[in-house]
Amino acid sequence: MIINHPLLGPRDSEEFVYLGSTDLIDRPTNWEKSAAAEDFYQYQYIRENIAGDIQELWYHEQGDQSWLIVTRNTLTHEIKNVEFAQDFSRAKGRGK
Amino acid sequence: MSKTHYSAFKVLKEALTGHKGWEPTWRDAEPKADGYDVIIVGGGGHGLATAYYLAKNHGITNVAVLERGWIGSGNVGRNTTIIRSNYLLPGNEPFYELSLQLWENLEQDLNYNAMISQRGIMNLIHSDAQRDAFIRRGNSMLFADAGCEYLEAKEVKERYPFLDMNNARFPIKAALAQPRGGTVRHDAVAWGYARGASDLGVDIIQNCEVTGFNIENGKCLGVQTTKGDIKANRVGVCVAGSSSRVMEKAGIKLPIESHVLQAFVTEGLKPVLDNVITFGAGHFYCSQSDKGGLVFGGDLDSYNSYAQRGNLPVVEDVCSGGMAIMPMIGRARLLRMWGGVMDMSMDGSPFIDSTEVKELFFNGGWCYGGFKATPASGYCYAHLLATDVPHEVATAYRLDRFRRGAMIDEKGVGPQPNLH
Repeated sequence: MIINHPLLGPRDSEEFVYLGSTDLIDRPTNWEKSAAAEDFYQYQYIRENIAGDIQELWYHEQGDQSWLIVTRNTLTHEIKNVEFAQDFSRAKGRGK
Repeated sequence: MSKTHYSAFKVLKEALTGHKGWEPTWRDAEPKADGYDVIIVGGGGHGLATAYYLAKNHGITNVAVLERGWIGSGNVGRNTTIIRSNYLLPGNEPFYELSLQLWENLEQDLNYNAMISQRGIMNLIHSDAQRDAFIRRGNSMLFADAGCEYLEAKEVKERYPFLDMNNARFPIKAALAQPRGGTVRHDAVAWGYARGASDLGVDIIQNCEVTGFNIENGKCLGVQTTKGDIKANRVGVCVAGSSSRVMEKAGIKLPIESHVLQAFVTEGLKPVLDNVITFGAGHFYCSQSDKGGLVFGGDLDSYNSYAQRGNLPVVEDVCSGGMAIMPMIGRARLLRMWGGVMDMSMDGSPFIDSTEVKELFFNGGWCYGGFKATPASGYCYAHLLATDVPHEVATAYRLDRFRRGAMIDEKGVGPQPNLH
């Protein structure tokens, strides 16, 4: 697979480390509330595991070490969009 | 009702009468209007084994196996056919040992030639730390009566002189062997269980995709399919590879990611490898099929996928693993390579459990160890479906184990499914 890096252009996916769905960005923040154990359980272990387009986190370890959000189809491996995780995360109102 | 059984007499008779008397091995059925006691969703090895043991061990014969495509078209026909019971953890080892015992008796039980070959499996050891870890594993195997054999480097070399013992990076220091491990003709497992189940009255219904579940007040009353609604007192889902997609129709999310695993076979060679050999420093496992091809595999492609095909970097990775221990395979040409979709669970271990929906049961999460588990998976799932109680060797395979902190993490890498 070729990942079209926003700055570095087309790069072989072998240069990247795969983490998983962008759901992993939304780590529960309030660990003190009574339902926190359930929140962390859902966050850590339960997966949507969609057959179709998903957004996922790739880390460009052998490149500029940026985290990217790749929109990819899990049935065809077609990559539809690549953006910086930083921009994606800020757009969701997170600090970084 | 009973379908074709094979014997020397039958072969001779058919040879003399123009081969006109052969019949299908098992009975192709259509859904019954008044429904079933148990519906198994998924006609792979595990689903067919479940139906067989439901009928044989528990006398429940009003059973249907629903298969979206044709039976055995999923991972039971896509694996590298290895059987073994060389696990470490108490939640796993007795289960896989039961499976190996069932394999040992499978052909007699089914009266079907599955070409089970207990040629042995040998896990290579490449460092002192790995030697300690494997000796610990060996002790765990001995506790479960699985048997094992520790081989020093000299003995390994005597048995397999083609191994690269003094590889600069990964020298072979020793090996842990399980002489009872081996290989099986994988398609025959699906066909054998299908015939066994069919002979006992189970309906095997192909080209019948489950499109939904009829659930009322938290109780499953049957399934919706491309062949219409089918009523059932109890439904057992058994569709590893598609588990999330099917269970989502019942509103259940799983601790599973789908990943693609590739496998390879070379052109046919003269006999060179009478064992299963695995590389301990990378991920590579290899055996030689009865047709002569070297059958081998390695790591997952590491990204989520439902495509039954992988990418080239893993091909290179697997082949370089092979070259590191058996340089001779560099001369062989690859004949075929293919991919299968794995249910990768969060600890690398499977599930055989009831669900939050009454009368709906789940079997899946086999990661890439499902084939060797086929008999015990069916045996234990049938036990659960028939008695509501998990079989004693499958009590650890519960869906809520992550919530309870009771992971069965054989490899010790945590909830990162592409690393298991």
